[in-house]
Amino acid sequence: MNLHEYQAKEIFRKYGIPVPAGRPAGTPDEAVAAAKALGGSLWVVKAQVHAGGRGKAGGVKLARDLDAVRSAAAALLGTRLATKQTGPEGLPVEKVYVESGSQIEREIYLSLTLNREKGRISLIASSAGGMEIEEVAEKTPEQILTVTVHPAAGLQPFQARQLGFGLGLAGEQLKQFQHIALALYKLYLEQDASLIEINPLIVTRSGQLVALDAKFNIDANAVFRHPDLAKLRDPNQEDPMERRASEHELNYVSLDGDIACMVNGAGLAMATMDLIKLHGGEPANFLDVGGGATSERVTHAFKLILSNPKVRAVLVNIFGGIVRCDMIAEGVVKAVKSVGVKVPVVVRLEGTNAEKAREVLSGSGLTITAAADLTDAARKVVALAAGGAA
Amino acid sequence: MSILVNKQTKVICQGFTGKQGTFHSEQALAYGTQLVGGVTPGRGGEQHLGLPVFNTVAQAVRETGATASMIYVPAAGAADAILEAADAGIELAVCITEGVPVNDMVRVKAALAGSPMRLIGPNCPGVITPDECKIGIMPGFIHKKGTVGIVSRSGTLTYEAVYQTTRIGLGQSTCVGIGGDPVRGLNFVDVLELFERDPGTAGVILVGEIGGSDEEAAARYIHRFVSKPVVAYIAGVTAPAGKRMGHAGAIVAGGKGTAADKYAAFETAGVRTVKSPAELGSAMHDLLRRRRARAAARIAPRPAARPAVKAAAQPAAAKTRPARKSAAKRTAPTVAKKAAKKAAQKAVKRTARPARKTAGRKGRKR
Repeated sequence: MNLHEYQAKEIFRKYGIPVPAGRPAGTPDEAVAAAKALGGSLWVVKAQVHAGGRGKAGGVKLARDLDAVRSAAAALLGTRLATKQTGPEGLPVEKVYVESGSQIEREIYLSLTLNREKGRISLIASSAGGMEIEEVAEKTPEQILTVTVHPAAGLQPFQARQLGFGLGLAGEQLKQFQHIALALYKLYLEQDASLIEINPLIVTRSGQLVALDAKFNIDANAVFRHPDLAKLRDPNQEDPMERRASEHELNYVSLDGDIACMVNGAGLAMATMDLIKLHGGEPANFLDVGGGATSERVTHAFKLILSNPKVRAVLVNIFGGIVRCDMIAEGVVKAVKSVGVKVPVVVRLEGTNAEKAREVLSGSGLTITAAADLTDAARKVVALAAGGAA
Repeated sequence: MSILVNKQTKVICQGFTGKQGTFHSEQALAYGTQLVGGVTPGRGGEQHLGLPVFNTVAQAVRETGATASMIYVPAAGAADAILEAADAGIELAVCITEGVPVNDMVRVKAALAGSPMRLIGPNCPGVITPDECKIGIMPGFIHKKGTVGIVSRSGTLTYEAVYQTTRIGLGQSTCVGIGGDPVRGLNFVDVLELFERDPGTAGVILVGEIGGSDEEAAARYIHRFVSKPVVAYIAGVTAPAGKRMGHAGAIVAGGKGTAADKYAAFETAGVRTVKSPAELGSAMHDLLRRRRARAAARIAPRPAARPAVKAAAQPAAAKTRPARKSAAKRTAPTVAKKAAKKAAQKAVKRTARPARKTAGRKGRKR
């Protein structure tokens, strides 16, 4: 689960991590009021979307007077912002964050995230602040400094100093850096983050370290123990199809192709997409109906994948383990009858009660194409999607 | 033979009286697993499914002599359950639970560093040695006792591999689902090491997926230490970057963890890869058949040199040799080149393995 910048900065403040003064606003009037309350003569109006790359996409605007604040907010609010990370359709801007302008002397990158290879949390810093860290890692890997934290000991001050000195910080700034690093680690653990990224962490002209941006992702598996954070979820930033899927405990990811698939198990669902591609088709989605699929869930899943207007054929691929194939088949038949499916449906069922499932399908009177195995299923669905015969 | 579990393995279930624990304990008992009891705090002294319930794992171990535990407790209590098993001297814990917070697993992993307990999972289908012991949620009936070891990050793809190796007649020695989470217990490398040492395993099917670099580590390990044939498949070639594909660990992040990178790593290591999961069984069958043919060819010419048995041995040699040649012809020069490369690698492995192996083990412990 992701948070907006303004929400993340609110949490930063609670942990004593310095951020510029700022206020969220939902209308141009609110934005002007926010700027007035903040005072000063330089503001930044930032679109609040769950994606990076906002600056380059025109989602961050400087304003030197209140009229400029108003017009910046008006230009952003109610639009969709497409950045490098969002795809061409972009994300809706429903809030802007009005922040006091900062005098930037230097930009640093700082983040905390899981190091999968080590199974531990790593603190990563780079003097190439403001740039995308993947790009830095590729072009100038020597600019990236990393320390890995032993979970029993926690992040140690010496590790923070190691990074601070590595960044060329000294004196008061080094102390500030150490304080920020330790506070971030505490925050990471206490709030079950999966990623905290400050890009950039700036040194101001007056020599203060300040988090100019804040990215905060929470481990989806741990949201259950943070009801306060769960309230901060903004469903409008999520893909509408994926949001609908999650309401029915379905794992769904939208893709660009025209062959919808419904599969049990995440691995098999990915493999099914790959098979479609391997046989010359394009998958329209990833959909895992899960191990405990019921016939109701199958119906919901069918409705979901068919609500995508691009879909020209459907492939159902189930390996029945604990889930019985005949029960899935009944769900498919019920769904096809109630939803009124107009595109060809190919079904491959294997495992528990597969024979019985085939009887259910063939006795349903519906034109469902049965497939003998994985390869057969992929070939048939690709042919049908292209308008041919199976 | 098998790895990790067999018919002697005494198993308890943590989360025994819960819905999941009850259902899968019944299934395990029906399969013939030596399930000897279970743990549900506060329900000690009761009987469940005709077996004793204990308050603590320590008590269960003391009373039953169990060495393995299957864990079906909800996500919030999974880390606690794993560490309780380790503390009680359990040798193998299999955590089926899905949705365990990652930071919990970071702590668990560090806490287990000095423990002799092996952990499989979390978020995994479990481990099964066909006809002997089933710990997990896999459907028992698709398995068949045999010689292929299977290790996989995905549940249903494991079943595909099982089903195919059963149908083609190879069967399985042991199948290990290591799970789809980013921080987990046993990894590909750990399981490969066990399969390599197991005389009952003739070849290994490895099923990976996008995210992380465990497949790359496995490829390096196979190249250096595994003499048995390995077939690898990676799910998620078409997965978009930055999207979590069902499993918590299945995500391409910052351009890292793509299926293409993983395939490249296996191909560099000389591992047979398949681009379709439908070919796992047939590819393994093919590798094992070729290996048998090579072994036969190696043995056959030797007696041929001895005049006394010359007449009898020659037809055998004549039979195997052209067969190999025609196989090479059929599959074009690239495959022949690959085979030559593999042979060279094997020669290196044969001479250098013992010394490197100890070095490798020490390296991983540190």
